Amino acid sequence: MAEPLLEVRSLRKRFGGLTATDDVSLRLHEGELLAIIGPNGAGKTTLIAQLQGELRPDSGAILLSGAEITHLSPPERAHRGVARSFQITSIFPDFTALENVAMAVQAHAGHSFRFFRPAASEPELVEPAAAALARVGLAQRAAVPAQALAHGEKRQLELAMALAAKPKVMLLDEPMAGMGRLESERMVALLDSLKRDVSILLIEHDMDAVFALADRIAVLVYGRIIATGSADQIRRDPAVREAYLGEGHG
Amino acid sequence: MRATVLAALAIAAVVPLVTAGLGGGEFYLGFATRIVIFAIAATSLNLILGYGGLVSLGHAAFFGLAAYGVGILAAHGVDTAAIQWPVALAACAVFAAVTGLVVLRTSGIYFIMITLAFAQMLYFLFVSLRQYGGDDGLTIATRSRLGPIDLGEPVVLYYLSVLCLVGSLWFCHRLVASRFGMVIRGARTNTRRMAALGFPVFRYQLVAFVLAGVMCGVAGILQANLTQFVSPSYMAWARSGELIVMVVLGGMGTLFGPVLGAAALLILEEVLADWTVHWMLYLGPIIVLIVLFAKRGLIGLFDRRSPPPAGGHHG
Amino acid sequence: MLELLVSQALNGIQLGVLLFLMAAGLTLVLGIMNVVNLAHGSLYMVGAYLAAQMTAVTGSFLLALPMAVLATLVLGLVLEVATLRTLYQRDHLDQVLLTFGLILFFNEVVRVIWGPTALFVPVPEALDQELEFLDGEIIYPAYRLAIIAVGLAVAAFLFWLIARTRVGMLIRAGAANRDMVAALGVDIVRLNTLVFGLGAGLAGLAGVMAAPILAVESGMGDGILILTFVVIVIGGIGSIRGALVAAVLIGVVDTMGRSLLPMILRELVDRQLASAIGPAVASMLIYILMAVVLTLRPQGLFPARTG
Repeated sequence: MAEPLLEVRSLRKRFGGLTATDDVSLRLHEGELLAIIGPNGAGKTTLIAQLQGELRPDSGAILLSGAEITHLSPPERAHRGVARSFQITSIFPDFTALENVAMAVQAHAGHSFRFFRPAASEPELVEPAAAALARVGLAQRAAVPAQALAHGEKRQLELAMALAAKPKVMLLDEPMAGMGRLESERMVALLDSLKRDVSILLIEHDMDAVFALADRIAVLVYGRIIATGSADQIRRDPAVREAYLGEGHG
Repeated sequence: MRATVLAALAIAAVVPLVTAGLGGGEFYLGFATRIVIFAIAATSLNLILGYGGLVSLGHAAFFGLAAYGVGILAAHGVDTAAIQWPVALAACAVFAAVTGLVVLRTSGIYFIMITLAFAQMLYFLFVSLRQYGGDDGLTIATRSRLGPIDLGEPVVLYYLSVLCLVGSLWFCHRLVASRFGMVIRGARTNTRRMAALGFPVFRYQLVAFVLAGVMCGVAGILQANLTQFVSPSYMAWARSGELIVMVVLGGMGTLFGPVLGAAALLILEEVLADWTVHWMLYLGPIIVLIVLFAKRGLIGLFDRRSPPPAGGHHG
Repeated sequence: MLELLVSQALNGIQLGVLLFLMAAGLTLVLGIMNVVNLAHGSLYMVGAYLAAQMTAVTGSFLLALPMAVLATLVLGLVLEVATLRTLYQRDHLDQVLLTFGLILFFNEVVRVIWGPTALFVPVPEALDQELEFLDGEIIYPAYRLAIIAVGLAVAAFLFWLIARTRVGMLIRAGAANRDMVAALGVDIVRLNTLVFGLGAGLAGLAGVMAAPILAVESGMGDGILILTFVVIVIGGIGSIRGALVAAVLIGVVDTMGRSLLPMILRELVDRQLASAIGPAVASMLIYILMAVVLTLRPQGLFPARTG
């Protein structure tokens, strides 16, 4: 089997008496979409925060293309190709949609110690930003201040920002949270179109979306992975049905 | 925008003519110069406070430090600007870099308290330097020598100050739209997101902190030449508070807000002081009212499209 | 030499005790409400002025003390309810500006009421004497020792309050994790008002006790406020223990530094140079200490906050 793009080995994280991440091991392959599901409080966001670098694990290792990144800061990981979207929309409200995405491009276009030329006049920032906006279907809204966008549009913008960095891995924390039916369907279609180009680790509560998109699914309960497998395997797994689907799905 | 700028420049240009026509013209021209100088200082603070969201309560330290740079060198007979000014500005840059390394690792209340503490450290340092006047301050016998330009001529000093203000504003204007400026502004609203995108925010904030310190130093140099005097009170914490009031009163995060704010606060102080010795009794509550009701600042009166005031300090 | 060392150390502890009284209330308010209050120094100043006034009226400092402390406490409560409470939801910049405005106002109010010249409060007669220790080797004013005693008694009371009472438990929990306490159904606003009043009373007490040894004048609270901030930063926001340790540390380092450092330097370098840089370095000592602590422990020595 080819070397996984992202590998997590025996990750552990405790907060006081609570074990948020309990011996988690994962593999994400090139071009794969791995969904992590689990009840609230299972430690999904904590896991993502450790993969992105905001939280340091107590023990274990994280490898990107075989190189250990466990002790790198979030900006350093971003430069190696790890992008993250946040569960609670995290954008720059005063900037336009285009400026938001251009910020993401700028982070990966050399250093930013350039003091005189307006960033908005740099094609190498604006053009990829516009392309990323178009990809998520926000081309028409480029000039709108981000705070004036609808909720679903903000989620799309957040995705465009992750995308604009041309990452190897995208860590998406509930991209469909708070979306209506129609918006969710659009987002599913969008992720479906992306997943060939970039590997995605997806946290999501919307089971229809997960079953439609995921190549593999991992089930996280109380910080532990209790099962991993295809959508069908997960649906049939009795432990999963008991721990999770039995109460959450339906 | 262009029309406003031209109008402002025209007003600045004719101020000496107008003050010459008033009785006691010297006083009014000196007052106008003071406004211009504080406008530079407020503009420099706006760079990190308004655009960068860094609530520095110690910004006057740079103002006083540069003024002492001029004063101390002059006391040792070094009065050419070619040496004085670079040394004074370098001192500001070094102080900003060293304190910035400490304060920028903190945020929120810590940041406010620690910037205040470091400014107070400098204040007490100069109080303890008896050989340079200590508490009483230092009289500067000769103004900086700047080639053929005679800073002893009030009109000349005024125009030089205006030139420096225009330069500062132009620099700010370019900076905030540049890549660097975008990083600083982005960090104001969402530091966490900036890190996730891949920006080592600390480095950029440190450079901004140094730039703002040096720009404030320019104001300090001009002030030393205006008053031919420098004392620890230049960097008293109340001065830093006043600079914040200027920025907020004028409109933080806007280019011309701090200029308006500096003019408004200094004129208000002058008018109140003219009317009663207990002018601070009124200034204090006025500041409180501004906080509660007029956070968009004076600039909001002129430009209804200007953005709403900066949100909370996220850190 | 011994006499100098001991009396300077006692002076340092005495300053530290005053700083602790200032820092104790403020650090809890900062910890619970995450609110900046620059006007805390004004309460200290008001306490001192009230002590001067009431001593003059009643003729007894010991009578004036509880009255002045109580009055400052009430003033603190009024301030909290009338102004600060509106700002808990706003950003720190608003809090800085508002309390900055309050400082200007209070500094001027005392000038209007009591005039521009400093007031002097006589040391209470019973304590107006020098005490001798070690067969007269060490002589120290009784009043300053009394300050230390009162400060330590208050510290003991606060430790008891925080560690042993229900209110104390809530305060501790509030400083560590405000949301959790609010989620438990505790009225966090009322809790804070209580703590704010307590802090105001302590600041007033510090001012009252400082009145006989310092000039009571407008702006006297500004300098000690900044020292208080240094104490809180070093001790860790929200921590009473941190406030006590850091306050005594700062008091001793500052006092000893100012008297001993120039002497030590004179032994090491040229006399003239030493007398030039000695006071300069001494004046910066506590801030350098703060920078070192922050570099090593960004959350202070005794961080209280967990979430």
